[in-house]
Amino acid sequence: MILGRVAQAIPVVMGVVVISFLLTRALPGDPAAYFAGPAADAASIAEIRQALGLDKPLIQQFFIYVGDLMTGDLGTSLSTGQPVAMDLAARLPASLELTLVALILSCVIAIPLGVLAATRPGSWIDHLCRVVVTAGVSMPTFFTGIVLIYVFYYLAGVAPAPLGRLDFIYLSPPQITGFYLIDAAIAGDWETWAGALKQLVLPAGTLALFTLAPIARMTRASMLQALSSDFIRTARAAGLGRRKILYGYAFRNALLPVITTLGMVFSFTLGANVLVEKVFAWPGIGSYAVEALVVSDYAAVQGFVLAMALLFVALNLIIDIVYALIDPRIALG
Amino acid sequence: MTETSRRQFLRLTGGTTITAAMLPFLRAIPASAQSGGTIVVVSGQTINSLDLHRTGTNRPSYQVAVNCYDRLVSFGTKAAPGGGLSYDYSVIVPELAESWTISEDGLTMTFRLKPDATFWDGRQVMAEDVKWSFDRAVSVGGFPTVQMKAGGLERPDQFAVADDGSFVITLDRPSKLTLPDLAVPVPFIINAELAKANATADDPWAMAYLHTTPAGSGAYKVARWDQGQQLVYERNDAWVGGELPAFERVIVREVPSPATRRALIERGDVQMSFDIPNKDASELAAVDGVDVYSTPIENCIHCLCPNYAFEPFQDPDVRKALAYAIPYEAIFQTAAYGRGAPMWGGSAEITDIAWPRKSPYMTDMAKAREHMAASGFASGFEVPLSISLDLADWMEPTALLLQEAFAALGINTQIEKIPGANWRTAALVEKRLPLHLENFGGWLNTPDYYFFWAYKDGHLFNSSNYRNEEIEELVDTTLHMPMDDPAYAPKIKRMFEIAFEDLPRIPLWQPALNVAMNGADGYEFWFHRQLDVRPLSAVG
Repeated sequence: MILGRVAQAIPVVMGVVVISFLLTRALPGDPAAYFAGPAADAASIAEIRQALGLDKPLIQQFFIYVGDLMTGDLGTSLSTGQPVAMDLAARLPASLELTLVALILSCVIAIPLGVLAATRPGSWIDHLCRVVVTAGVSMPTFFTGIVLIYVFYYLAGVAPAPLGRLDFIYLSPPQITGFYLIDAAIAGDWETWAGALKQLVLPAGTLALFTLAPIARMTRASMLQALSSDFIRTARAAGLGRRKILYGYAFRNALLPVITTLGMVFSFTLGANVLVEKVFAWPGIGSYAVEALVVSDYAAVQGFVLAMALLFVALNLIIDIVYALIDPRIALG
Repeated sequence: MTETSRRQFLRLTGGTTITAAMLPFLRAIPASAQSGGTIVVVSGQTINSLDLHRTGTNRPSYQVAVNCYDRLVSFGTKAAPGGGLSYDYSVIVPELAESWTISEDGLTMTFRLKPDATFWDGRQVMAEDVKWSFDRAVSVGGFPTVQMKAGGLERPDQFAVADDGSFVITLDRPSKLTLPDLAVPVPFIINAELAKANATADDPWAMAYLHTTPAGSGAYKVARWDQGQQLVYERNDAWVGGELPAFERVIVREVPSPATRRALIERGDVQMSFDIPNKDASELAAVDGVDVYSTPIENCIHCLCPNYAFEPFQDPDVRKALAYAIPYEAIFQTAAYGRGAPMWGGSAEITDIAWPRKSPYMTDMAKAREHMAASGFASGFEVPLSISLDLADWMEPTALLLQEAFAALGINTQIEKIPGANWRTAALVEKRLPLHLENFGGWLNTPDYYFFWAYKDGHLFNSSNYRNEEIEELVDTTLHMPMDDPAYAPKIKRMFEIAFEDLPRIPLWQPALNVAMNGADGYEFWFHRQLDVRPLSAVG
């Protein structure tokens, strides 16, 4: 079953390869002219075009690209001068760590809030839920980020300087997973661990505020639906305890759509948190992709799209497995 | 000490001694016993290579060539207009060269290297290293090769080793630009033995190695480079290229958001914010404890360019109408927040050869209408006004004000925003934008050099497709002529006259490079507009 799922993903990935190749070529920029620098003449631009292989016909460029991909070579980024795979390996963990911490934070707040709002519709907690949700979606992340910096760093001075993943007085922990919290814990360097966590609080909070809304809304709605369904009425009639009904039956059933939403929120957050990355100087994948796009760095853009596609496929697979764990009616086999 | 807070850390390191081994960072990178300290600089730009010669190396990376490598010569220092210090184009000082002689005919230059100059690995700097580095600069193609050519340095056979300590350059023709061109960041001296040991048959110039591992003799070594995050410089105590820098360690952090950078400098958690927006510069100048330096960039002018390839702009009256219709002062205040120098309202008579200089035009709608009425396009026309999205911070407000002013003349403009990667191709290579904004700045600070790039037919920054036979001839004769030649000044003045009469580029203002400092001193402006960390020092 899992193998079957993976096999289903192959045409998707192939499609992504073709589309990302064609779309980057369709961009209006000319990387050769751009990278030739401010004072280049026509000859040096042509020289660079040839060095980049951009003078070859499109179809030939495509086959070279696919051939390299087969050997696991994503190409070399022109702007960073490093293999794209290496750039992604350095930057993806930064984004994943931020996004995961933000999502955990957001779930811890949003799910109880949604459950409480659903069990007490119309009460103050329901209104609070509505206010938080509306505020969360209506404020753009870069705005929330700047406000948080202004209040907690600039005015109150309680937050650390927004200088990326670690303050300059710490050294990054030896790289194992690329997640500073995990790596520092493995190394047993709790000072750095605390330093990394401190840096995470504001950006993760910013993202959490933004992702709270869909999760809380979805929890509330699906809880309401579950609570009004026949099996809950039966359970109530059978005299089961309130706690058993709420968490044993209603919540478990309500979780399925919440998990689906979580998967969606995760993937769009990972790609879309570029604004948060810029504000907090976070060296993540979003800002990498935007910078690559601005200078028409083909290999980097293609590598980014491909990595995101693979991540998405993996994510969907995980969600399917989690479904089967939560709901015995959905079998893996 | 148990708490490693930043403020405490900086208090400790602020220009005084610090006991190492107390802080995690210092534990990993052993500090030398000398006095020194650490300065933290934030910049919005990212360093993408440690090798200026590589294809694709961006401008912010040039600072590595400046701070980590030496050139044969450098420029002197003078007080800058707008506060602080500036490099001095008119004074050439030794860096790696101890002395130099230029032959009577100006064709042979012999440089004597400092005998005590060593690379970071301890090996003495030899003429052979200089030759290899120069060969590399003229051979790798792209920007470094073009810049070398500007000084008449084109082929490896022009460079020769006389003996271990003497290096000889042979020129095809004498030029006043050669010596200054040796002081720009491009002809930096690489440890050739180390580089060659890391070169391959496919990569004879060790491009892959030097991209991540500088091998120089400069004032600072790279202690750490986390691409997209930070660059940490560590002082080379054996440096002989100049006065030993005050800071032992310089941390350059990349913070893309200007709002975040501003909060950091205002709080004093960083000592320097490099290249800040004009708006922040004008507001930070009023903040206590923060020093703002706004240095007008030498040989650089923000211009409006009417393209001669488009019919209405072939009419001199239309170009003059534009020049009189521009709301100069409003643009300068809105787009530049008054930072930089005005480039309008100068005297009609040209008495000196200062450049950039004020044009004789000013906002005068009556005159603009007169010229418009006298032109062949009295009823007006429509034209796109193109700007680059990369430079939108000044181009967008400028374009909006121009649009409004030109509408009063019956010239209806639509603002066309072009993505950064496409801008160069459209504006400079294909030269196909009818009316656009442009901001060329020449590294070598002579008017003829500016005219060479921006007014000669077919040259890259002549985005107006301008051609004037007299300009062609004047630029060719003055480009290599010494500035004290009696024929020089009259020719340059004539060039200015033609430029202001023909108006292929209408000067708007001279932009400024803004830098904010909080707790540090000694900032020096350089024509390359990148951070030179060597002269920085702590306050007090």
